[in-house]
Amino acid sequence: MKRIIVRKDSYYDSVFLMLINQGVKDADGVTEAVVAMGTDMNRDLLKDMSLSNADVESATANDLIIALDGASEEALDNAEKTVDTLLKKKSSGNQQLFRPTSLSAAIEVVPGANLALLSIPGRYVAREARKALENGLHVMIFSDNVPLEDEIRLKKLARDKGLLLMGPDCGTAIINGKPLAFANVVKHGTIGIVAASGSGLQELTCCIDKAGGGVSQAIGTGGRDVRREVGGVTMLMGIEALGADPGTAVISIISKPPAESVVDAAIEALRQTGKPAVVHFIGARRREDEGCIRFAPSLEDAAHIAVELTGDAAHSAADFSLPESDIDTIVQAESEAIGRRQRYLRGLFAGGTLAEEALFVLQPTLGTIYSNVHPDQNCRLEDPTVSREHTIIDLGDDTFTEGRPHPMIDVSIRTGQLEKELQNGEMALLLLDFVLGYGAHGDPAGAMADAIRAARSAAHDAGGYLPVIASVTGTDRDPQNLTLQRQKLEDAGCVVMPSNAQAARLAARIMEKVG
Amino acid sequence: MGINRINELFAAELKVVNLGLEEFATSVQREGADAVQVDWKPPAGGDQRIVSLLDRVESNPELQRDRANDEAVERLMKGKPTLVDIGIASDVVPGMHRTLVLHSGPPVSWERMAGPVRGAVIGGLIYEGLAGDAAEAEELAASGDIEYAPCHHHDAVGPMAGIMTAGMPVWIVKNETFGNAAYCTLNEGLGKVLRYGANSREVIERLKWMETVLAPILKAGLQLHGPIDMKNLIAQVLQMGDEGHNRNRAGTSLLIRELAPYLVMLDRDRSEVSEVLKFMHTNDHFFLNLTMPSCKAAIDAARDIEGSSMIVAMARNGTEFGIRVSGLGDLWFTGPASKVDGLYLPGFSEQDAARDVGDSVITETGGIGGFAMAAAPAIVKFVGGTPQDALNFTRRMYDITLRENDTYQIPALDFRGTPTGIDLFKIIETGVLPAINTGIAHKDPGVGMVGAGLVKPPVSCFHDAFQAYAERYGVQP
Repeated sequence: MKRIIVRKDSYYDSVFLMLINQGVKDADGVTEAVVAMGTDMNRDLLKDMSLSNADVESATANDLIIALDGASEEALDNAEKTVDTLLKKKSSGNQQLFRPTSLSAAIEVVPGANLALLSIPGRYVAREARKALENGLHVMIFSDNVPLEDEIRLKKLARDKGLLLMGPDCGTAIINGKPLAFANVVKHGTIGIVAASGSGLQELTCCIDKAGGGVSQAIGTGGRDVRREVGGVTMLMGIEALGADPGTAVISIISKPPAESVVDAAIEALRQTGKPAVVHFIGARRREDEGCIRFAPSLEDAAHIAVELTGDAAHSAADFSLPESDIDTIVQAESEAIGRRQRYLRGLFAGGTLAEEALFVLQPTLGTIYSNVHPDQNCRLEDPTVSREHTIIDLGDDTFTEGRPHPMIDVSIRTGQLEKELQNGEMALLLLDFVLGYGAHGDPAGAMADAIRAARSAAHDAGGYLPVIASVTGTDRDPQNLTLQRQKLEDAGCVVMPSNAQAARLAARIMEKVG
Repeated sequence: MGINRINELFAAELKVVNLGLEEFATSVQREGADAVQVDWKPPAGGDQRIVSLLDRVESNPELQRDRANDEAVERLMKGKPTLVDIGIASDVVPGMHRTLVLHSGPPVSWERMAGPVRGAVIGGLIYEGLAGDAAEAEELAASGDIEYAPCHHHDAVGPMAGIMTAGMPVWIVKNETFGNAAYCTLNEGLGKVLRYGANSREVIERLKWMETVLAPILKAGLQLHGPIDMKNLIAQVLQMGDEGHNRNRAGTSLLIRELAPYLVMLDRDRSEVSEVLKFMHTNDHFFLNLTMPSCKAAIDAARDIEGSSMIVAMARNGTEFGIRVSGLGDLWFTGPASKVDGLYLPGFSEQDAARDVGDSVITETGGIGGFAMAAAPAIVKFVGGTPQDALNFTRRMYDITLRENDTYQIPALDFRGTPTGIDLFKIIETGVLPAINTGIAHKDPGVGMVGAGLVKPPVSCFHDAFQAYAERYGVQP
């Protein structure tokens, strides 16, 4: 079976065409292939091979001839496709040295590009995100300061196109096992996540990893997605996609309390998937389980329930991983030397959601806690840099990050605040979070260790004692290495707990003990 | 709602385009996925007014800009410029007459003309016998009796000063696909030549020899040979180290190779034929005056396409740099001509340089010249660069063009097609300006070429053109 194509006025270099010939001849079911310009010599050659026709005979040196002989139509179709691919083959060399200047140019450089990750200034985001969506790319927007109306418009466009739009202000995602922006290197598995919280998602994925489970996909939505105006577009699309994803057996949703309409829609969407699911709305009252949907009281519990649902490990409802007797020993040891003037808990957090989680865990024990992330206006800190009684500060607040990197990167924001906390000697306990993973500081524990030691010895010099309770969100495969980071903190005198929730619970026990 | 596209993503290999923090691309790469870092800059240099205009135009649902641009660039690439003949300007160039002087670039009055252009006008008037000497010619030039017009308004292009007068012989390049034609004078060689503003006796004598010996012999030889497919020839020269603007050594050689067998058959004095061959041989740029009308003939077929933002002319008159856009008709958008960044011939320096001048930037507009720099690594020495720079010049131009040429290819880029069809929008968006190779004329009339190098066009003409486009095609806010 023969196929002869003549393309008028398509000039290619003969050496280039020889290489193409080789590539086509190697294709299955092709017995003969000639891709050549219509020169006198080539036309004679084709005639001798009985691969000529009237078109070939009238071809010129400027016309490209593709002459194929093969076993079937299908084989010839494939061979023709191969020729076209090879003719269009683009340079692969030296690309690393040379960068495209626009999204559309980048798409040319990386054929098959499927996700645009945007961390450019917020006011330029809408345009680039729109272009990415129009080009069929999924989008993750790390940037903040994107106007709400832009978010609404972009999400509508994304939904119309069936494309994922994560963010704006989406700090974390894991797609196909690859960490995007601030993300940890966790085991691959069958738990699919949709999260409207960056540090919450990091804590959840790391707790899953620690509990022996693995993550299929972790989709970030950006915090505003679950507001009524946006309507949870990304969350709902994410749930549906995870429902259809053969690699996902269990779905987990975490978010600050969404708008009621979004809660209802999300739960309905989860039900539609038919997959077991676990939900945690940070700071909201825990709901009753409904059918295959379970509600978790903390990020760590959400992780453990998800792992349990995959059948890998049973979830324990206990407050601590350690036996209660061990916890009692720690509480005793950490509380007995606290001075009488030391009265208040101070939590200095790099992760916003982690600060909130600590707040909600501690509130029943401590009563009023002041915080810059408190949902109750009456408990808001007037000045986020000035603590009042029991205080939990999210150091990622704009007040701290104006013109500076996020505290996950710039450790000095926290060491500076810690010095302030030491000044009047009323701090009874210091609660800290450490977030590892890509994007974060290369050695957050090491960079904080001296400040922790100094704070503890200052308390000691004043005749008291400062317990420092910490948790580390990370894994051993993160660039910083979880074990090493924990070790550095323990060496500095910290009690390092396996999760943020457990750290907060331990802090509550100690504070309870000292009254 | 087509969630399966998200599931397609889950099933595919992740390939990330990263705009912003480079670290994010690095971490994706470190975990074994593809990521390309975009050298992103705020569009239009962060000019919010222009950015909002961009958004406005792009959100006009009625405007079929992509389709219009497809049509424009396809017409540009489908064109088949063919060298068919040599004629006398007044006989063949539309609207040409005895007191009309064509010049390069956008329109310019005698008063505002740059030194080399004035010098060439003076030479042209002497050549035509309209003035006896330079003083007389200057008086006539300023008298108002002489009409000036851009070559571009008469289907023509001219290198440097680009002066064309009625009696000059011109190449006739026909676009076989669309039937239009373009015209260009024959190249005079280097040194003291009219196009660099020289107008001394030897310059005029050479022009006369070209009219009476060179042109008739080449015309007769060409008739014996038959039409020459310029597209094919240009495709070949790009694979031989030329880029068709600042380097034309291979093209000139190929032209000689094409014509020589026929020239020797002519019933002309052998010494004259030899002189003709020698003249071409000693002038590496002889072929430039063929690449230029070839590009012009091809691009003119892409003019006046409603909605297209493809640039269909870039040209300089020594005073201003101007562009025309397919969807904006005959309008020129101009900015001050730039200084050329280049190397100078012995005895000259930047102080001697005239500003950027000439229609030869039609080659870049057509997808060769500076855009095909990667094909001609030898010329980066003009700017003290490396062959890698040459590759990068071309690579950068893909960011502002619509297509990869289907015929003109670059061996060093794995035979990738040259970046073709400059899109005004992409220039605005990326802030990348067209890379233009050029010669440098002395600022005073009559001196000639003093160097060569690279030139950046003024960004204002692109902004102005974009604004006009937005006014014409944008939706109201």
